[in-house]
Formats: sequence, C-alpha cells, structure tokens
Amino acid sequence: MGRTLSEKVWDAHVVRHADGEPDLLYIDLHLVHEVTSPQAFDGLRLAGRGVRRPDLTIATEDHNVPTFDVDKPIADPVSRTQVETLRKNAEEFGVRIHTLGDPDQGVVHVIGPQLGLTQPGMTVVCGDSHTSTHGAFGAIAFGIGTSEVEHVLATQTLMQARPKTMAVTVDGVLPDGVSAKDLVLALIAKVGTGGGQGYIVEYRGEAIRALTMEARMTICNMSIEWGAKAGMIAPDETTFAYLQDKPHAPQGADWEAAVEYWKSLATDEDARFDREVVLRAEEIAPFVTWGTNPGQGVPLSATVPAPSDFGTENDRIAAERALEYMGLTAGTPMREIKVDTVFLGSCTNGRIEDLRAAAGVLAGRKVAEGTRMLVVPGSGRVRLQAEAEGLDVIFKDAGAEWRGAGCSMCLGMNPDQLAPGERSASTSNRNFEGRQGKGGRTHLVSPLVAAATAVLGTLAAPADLAPVEVAVPENV
Amino acid sequence: MEAFTQHIGTAAPLRRSNVDTDQIIPAVYLKRVTRTGFEDGLFAAWRNDPTFVLNQPEYDGVSVLVAGPDFGTGSSREHAVWALLDYGFRVVVSARFGDIFRGNSGKSGLLAALVTEDVVERLWTTIEADPGTKVTVDLENKTISAGELVAPFEIDDYTRYRLLNGLDDVGITLSREADIVAYEATRPSFKPATLPAKA
Repeated sequence: MGRTLSEKVWDAHVVRHADGEPDLLYIDLHLVHEVTSPQAFDGLRLAGRGVRRPDLTIATEDHNVPTFDVDKPIADPVSRTQVETLRKNAEEFGVRIHTLGDPDQGVVHVIGPQLGLTQPGMTVVCGDSHTSTHGAFGAIAFGIGTSEVEHVLATQTLMQARPKTMAVTVDGVLPDGVSAKDLVLALIAKVGTGGGQGYIVEYRGEAIRALTMEARMTICNMSIEWGAKAGMIAPDETTFAYLQDKPHAPQGADWEAAVEYWKSLATDEDARFDREVVLRAEEIAPFVTWGTNPGQGVPLSATVPAPSDFGTENDRIAAERALEYMGLTAGTPMREIKVDTVFLGSCTNGRIEDLRAAAGVLAGRKVAEGTRMLVVPGSGRVRLQAEAEGLDVIFKDAGAEWRGAGCSMCLGMNPDQLAPGERSASTSNRNFEGRQGKGGRTHLVSPLVAAATAVLGTLAAPADLAPVEVAVPENV
Repeated sequence: MEAFTQHIGTAAPLRRSNVDTDQIIPAVYLKRVTRTGFEDGLFAAWRNDPTFVLNQPEYDGVSVLVAGPDFGTGSSREHAVWALLDYGFRVVVSARFGDIFRGNSGKSGLLAALVTEDVVERLWTTIEADPGTKVTVDLENKTISAGELVAPFEIDDYTRYRLLNGLDDVGITLSREADIVAYEATRPSFKPATLPAKA
C-alpha cells in the first residue's frame, strides 16, 4: 500500500525503531528563541554536554522584544535578562543568532522560511507551538517543550510516538475576499479545538493547491489551534518557486537532486488516511471569532451565538463563560461589535503578503477615530521589503503605527498589550482569556478584515467600505 | 527526575473545559531563566477571584487537579507544568489533554492521567461532597481511586515506564549515539545547514 506525505517524511527520519517504544527521530532544523530555551541550555551546562549540531540550529529573539525604540536597551529588566541570556548561550554553545536590528531577527517562524532553511521533507522543531507553520513546505514541523529543546540540543533527535494521519481536503475555489485565515478559522469552528488531537494533518485539494506559500503558512500555523500534532501541505511548483532564490536553498546539482526528492514526497494515490475531513471552498466566507478559544467562531455576517445553540453541556458552559469574558450579548450582529485596537502581525499573518493585503485596503483611507492600529512586520526583512514597496507610508498615512519586528501583541510579553476590557481585532492565532493582556478581549480575523475593521472601527470586511476616491498606488 | 509509583493526596475540582496554557500561566510570568519559582503565575487571572476553587480553604494543600476536557491546549510552554509542580500538584486528571502539555508533563514528573468524562464527573462529585477525600493514583496499576470510586486511567506505556523509573531521556538517547552517527552518514548533501550563514 502507498504512503502519505507525512509517513514518507517520518520514515526518512527514523534513527531507531523498537516495538513498544516511541521512534527516535532525527531533527533537521532546530529553531530557538529566548523564552523556552534558557532552562534547556542550563541543563546542558549542568550535565557537561554541548550542542551536538550547532550547524542545524538557529536562534532569534522574538517573544519579549519591544517593537519601538529597538536601538535602545530593553526597558523591562526581566525581558532584558531573558534576551541577554539567549545571546550568552548562543555564544557559549556556538549557535547562530539574529539579534534586534538584524534583518533576519523576527518571529522565529518567519525567519526559517525567509532564509530558505525550511525546506520540504525536513523535520523542524522549536520550543513554540506554532512551529506547525513550517509544514507549509511539506516538512514535519511541531512545537516542543523545554525538556525536549534540551534533548534536541544534546542529541539532534527526539523520541516521538508515530501520530495517526488525517486529510483535510478543500475542494473548489475560495470566493473573492476570502483568505487562508478565514478558511482555517471556519475549519476549526467545524472540527473543534480538540479535533486534530493525535494526528498529523495533510491539507490538500484544489483550494489548497491554489494558495501562495504565505497563505499555506497561515493554514499550517493554526494546525495547533485544533490540537493537531502538525499540519502539512505537499510541496509543488509554488513551493519550489518560493525557495529557489532563498539564501540557504540548495544550489546547482544539489537543487536538482532536492527537487527530484521533494516531488517524490506527495501522498501516493493508494495511500490511506486514518481520518478524512472535506470542506467546500465556495461555502467559506470572512470568518471571525466571538469567544475565548479559536473554535468559537462564526461568519462575519452572523450574530453572536447563544449558549443554548450548543449541543453539549460543556460547550454551553464554555459559551456562557466566553460571552461574559468578552462582554458580548447573544444575538448581536458581529458587524456591530466595536473594536479599540487592531493588531496586524504575528507568525500567522505577519508576512509580506499579509501586509500587502491590509495596505491594499487602507490605501486612501483612515483608521477610525478612537481606534488604534498596530502593524508589526514578522521580521526585519519583511519590514524592509514593505518599506521598499511603500507600504509603511500607506499605513502611516492611514494613521496606523508602523513598528519593529517581533511577536508583539500576539501574546503581550513585550509592552504591546491590551488594557483590561479593551477589545481587539487581531490577525494572530489565539483569543484566549488574557492572551493579549490581562482582561483583554480578542477577535481573531484575517488581514483583510483587520484593515476594514480599522477603517470602520467595528468588525468589517473590505466589501463593507465605501469606495476610495484617491488612486491606489500601483505597487499595492 | 524523581521516580513516580503511587501518589496519595487531596484533589481540587476545576470545572472548566479548554483550560489552555495561557490560563495555566500567562505569558508575562514566563520571563524567568530558572526552572523553579513559577507558582505565582499559576492560574494568575483566576487567583484574584475569591470564588476560584484554589482560593477555597477546603482545597488548601491539594496535589491532584481534576479538570474538564482539553486541559493544557495551546502554547508549548513547559512553564505550565513547572507552575503546577511548583504549586504542589503531582497529578492532573482530564478526559483530553493538549499533546504538547501531556508530553511536557511526562518529562518533568507530573502525571497526566487520561480518564473518561464520566470518571471526571464522578471524581468532581466525590471531591465536592468531601474535599478531604484522599485520592490515590497508582501508576503501577494505572488506577485512580477516591472514596467508593476505582477507575482506570490511560497513559502511554513508554511515559509510564520512564516515570516509574525516574529516567532521563537525554541519558537514554545518548546511549544510542552509534545509531545517531550511522543515521547522520546517510543524510543527503542537499539538506540545509545554518552554518556558515548565508544572506
């Protein structure tokens, strides 16, 4: 019988297999950041161990870093210590690091792909659950805890039980104005936050094949939000074209050999998945969350649901609690919800294409009075690229704040936080209670919805906006 | 890691589902560079609420947490496990765990016991009727008992074996160095390396 994409990649990385034990898997790329690594490096030091493969390891600072005044020392002393600890550890253990001010500093899941270090058929890990992002290239990529970070640093391997396989097939063509973010939010609302547990998911079908690499990364990024071990998309011409000119892409004969291998990774026709989910692209509309987990979402055209709309006692209690936390009343049209802050950025939607999409909406328009908008590029290089295209001018002219690269308000570890009761429309991945700041209320949205919401000050799609009278610059 | 065979202690009922790791410990508490001292951040947002279960005097000194489904979803932060351990928990019982959380628990010596929703419900009822009820979690036999209730729990065999023996994963893997070296010899030349850096 044939094998699936994930089975082929898994099989190619088994260092040791023994019945009744997890497989020992080789790790091709280990991404490191400041929050989940200090205790791991400390563990190495205590045991007198080194990093086995510094040449397969790369570090950057992203979670804690401020997005303004980045040329000054970090103001929060505890954040500063954590960032400085990473710098010291990188130096001591010979690990490459990209620090504030460097174009390749940024959200760890943005820099792997932009450097061409994320490639098809690899295993990629990081002490961060959104490592699933890299699955967009046809890699097995997943988040790990700090003990596992130490294990990979010391051995370049991980012990992992083989997950089951799932196919999510999206047939048809996404309607205009509907993006990858809407698709994945709609999927999570359908399958629930625990729906992917124990599975490596392969996203496939016509609508997936039509997506750009950036959009594929958005989908795979959110795999963890419905509990999946990892999400993957088979590499194809879109993948190869994206990689070709990246700094660490294979060259010459190696490129030819790599592409031939990558083409062999697609799921065989006679392979079988343990579970299959099918979606119709035409049925998907701009999607937003109303609650406090990513599965609590509805189409933008819908109203806030009532607890009684849910089938199980647990879901009813969760909905009641979420409505109370979010300060929402059942039956309110989503479009009438007023938003204080719009956050555009994160490993989910902080890439150049996301910035272009939002700038396209904001060109010639203004952020509504009483609403603030933060634009945080995913990396220094995304920021430079956006500036080269003039996007920063569009954002600033609209009244948005143009910031430096990092995780920023996605999780509020740096000064970019919501105040208690403040409401955001955020292109990030988690609407958990307090995620963006204690008492903060988050609605997850796409970059297009984020930009339209900034203009109206209430949740909106670009189609809700009055036409602009001024000409849109050509490069947007 | 300390070996885990059996644990006896009192338990707290956490009647919530989807308790993600941001609820267990918010990001602002993750800035330490040590492995201990995270107890202050545990359930930080809820600890100010006088009605929160861990603020009830009858649940002082609990070491078993009985939670609703999808406990520990979200972020990979192992700090969530450390915060639970630092507070005094040795066992978390739920009908569904986030994968990464469950893996992290096994690495740090916190037992994540998987039971059916029905068992969670019965444990809640038993504990709430008498918060002094001693809960016995027996890893050898994979059972959890409280009052009249005796129920099986699930844990994967390998994690159970490592917990029972207090084994360190890195030590086990380093004993297989020869396998790793042999594998490395087979890696294709087109696989990327981070060093030397290219821009």
